[in-house]
Amino acid sequence: MKLSRLLLGTCAAVALTAPALADTTLTIATVNNGDMIRMQKLSGDFEAKNPGIALEWVTMEENTLRQKVTTDIATKGGQYDVMTIGNYEVRIWAKQGWLLPLDDLGDDYDADDIMPAIRQGLTYEGTLYAAPFYGESSMLMYRTDLFEKAGLTMPDDPTWSFIGEAARKITDTNDGVYGICLRGKAGWGENMAFITTLANSMGARWFDMDWHPQFDQPEWKAALQYYVDLMEDAGPPGASTNGFNENLALFQSGKCGMWIDATVAASFVTNPAESKVAEDVGFALTPHGEGIDKHGSWLWTWNLGIPAGSEKVDAAKAFIAWATSKAYTEMVAEKDGWANVPPGTRTSLYENPKYQEAAAFADVTLKAINAADPENPAVEPVPYVGGQWVGIPEFQGIGTAVGQQFSAALAGNITVDQALQNAQRFTEREMTKGGYIQ
Amino acid sequence: MARTLTPKRKVAFTVLAWVLGLLIFFPILWTVLTSFKTEGEAIANPPSFLFFDWTLENYTEVQERSNYLRHVINSVVISFGSTAIGLLIAVPAAWAMAFSPTKRTKGILMWMLSTKMLPAVGVMMPIYLIFRDLGLLDTLLGLTIVMTMVNLPIMVWMLYTYFKEIPGDILEAARMDGAQLGQEILYVLAPMAVPGIASTCLLNIILAWNEAFWTLNLTAADAAPLTAFIASYSSPEGLFWAKLSAASTMAIAPILILGWFSQRQLVRGLTFGAVK
Repeated sequence: MKLSRLLLGTCAAVALTAPALADTTLTIATVNNGDMIRMQKLSGDFEAKNPGIALEWVTMEENTLRQKVTTDIATKGGQYDVMTIGNYEVRIWAKQGWLLPLDDLGDDYDADDIMPAIRQGLTYEGTLYAAPFYGESSMLMYRTDLFEKAGLTMPDDPTWSFIGEAARKITDTNDGVYGICLRGKAGWGENMAFITTLANSMGARWFDMDWHPQFDQPEWKAALQYYVDLMEDAGPPGASTNGFNENLALFQSGKCGMWIDATVAASFVTNPAESKVAEDVGFALTPHGEGIDKHGSWLWTWNLGIPAGSEKVDAAKAFIAWATSKAYTEMVAEKDGWANVPPGTRTSLYENPKYQEAAAFADVTLKAINAADPENPAVEPVPYVGGQWVGIPEFQGIGTAVGQQFSAALAGNITVDQALQNAQRFTEREMTKGGYIQ
Repeated sequence: MARTLTPKRKVAFTVLAWVLGLLIFFPILWTVLTSFKTEGEAIANPPSFLFFDWTLENYTEVQERSNYLRHVINSVVISFGSTAIGLLIAVPAAWAMAFSPTKRTKGILMWMLSTKMLPAVGVMMPIYLIFRDLGLLDTLLGLTIVMTMVNLPIMVWMLYTYFKEIPGDILEAARMDGAQLGQEILYVLAPMAVPGIASTCLLNIILAWNEAFWTLNLTAADAAPLTAFIASYSSPEGLFWAKLSAASTMAIAPILILGWFSQRQLVRGLTFGAVK
């Protein structure tokens, strides 16, 4: 009797947890961030409009997601029908023939409304291979109250020398306030995202036109020395282990005078429920070197793509068209307010007065996205596309190894010169192995 | 003769034991407390220990977002299933090695243990490709097989050390009384080795429950256990510490309760045999 009850209970539990009966079940791999979770919550609207399609969500942390979808698509594992991927991957994967074209998302999709810089980053040989869900650049966030107290005014177009001076002036270690918080944790998407854009805006570049690494050039020395000195004088203790979340926590608790990071942070630091300094935050473009007309803005988008070989292409396209449409944006605005719509993909959003009114950071975000130039990320010509990354498959490995050297320099374990020498030697070896350097 | 402790020493040892116990338990306690805070309070500096506005909103959010029950069922199937299959293989293997050793037994045992010395990621690609070709990706059967293989060396080793403690003469006496091999293992050996078998099972269930490499890499939606459930709340861009803590608390709760009720058996088993 007990056993039969147990079996019955188990069967009932399994039945309850099974997905709704539908002709097609789409498995969607996605990243755990606020905008994606909101999409998951609102996806009932898609299922209601498409009764034959059920959605199964697999939410992962960014690095796990990247590892899993890369393994799956490279081995044709077929575990996912829709994948959330970054703009770093899109062109590389499209070149490999791993993604399906997305040029036919319906008559009312209005692909021309996608911001040109974003669309270009997702296009390979004239064909769109992924649809952008949200986009971000980098920006400078600063404490208006601390600036006022120190008698400083943030210029419209700040330079690195001004930022250096201001950060040192604001720093008050007795009060636990540090002039600037920057990423220090090693990783190609961690400290190297920031340092690469800093270097770009100071005239440095990763490779010359013959793919020779450039860490032995004076521009890299100037950029890395500036970063290490600034963090030593005006950064928080233990900065070599700080990433986005650590700096967000520091800024929100009033410990940072300035913070340069992803534009998505703007909505967090201005949210009074989470941030102690929500009322005292100003925004500006990321700085540039003296006399250099290149902002270190990065450009990152989270996009939805369909792996080649998928058997549920029509359903997957219908979902992608729904999730990245103007109608979805309007639905989010209606339910959660305009400040919470996924930003950075469509031109029409930034022309919308309701959005401009609701999001104080909208104007700077748009300027930052427009200032990013993935086709020409450095001052001098380069053989790659990118911004905060270099668009070659080897970059994940090289970027992380170089990031470890720079993080060690920040921690004071090695000198700036040693870090650059090690980075140069390692990158040269990997690029030769990869066949870039003959 | 056991040395008697003076009251002073007894108090000192008790205090030391409590301090050590609290130190080990503190991260879990902190996770549980954080799960009842708002995201803002979760990152507050200095942090508040008990005096904050207690909220259940993180648990509500986690319930809304994830299918917790399905993850629990998957975890139970994988950990109990792999333990049951592992036991079927490990008991006869350990019996053979303990009571009929050959000159190569030690070598075989060492070889089995050596499979644990290779980092799991070293065999990730071959196993992934085999699973893909056999259609075992994201299936409970596939995960159960992998977890059985991963934990089998530990099970054999543990059982081997327990069986070695049992005098061979008893088994010989049973054989002389006419017991067949199966009867000898089932009716003579097993009852004497119950504490050892029980602790091996418990340890294996805990190891399989907490395993987070294969369970993350070989699953997507259908077979994802609680480890994948926790991982889905981690984020490098956005502070979701309170929600992550709520998910972690929900994930560890079942195994913590099981461990609590079976602690006597577990401790008895672990102090019996070679590790005593």
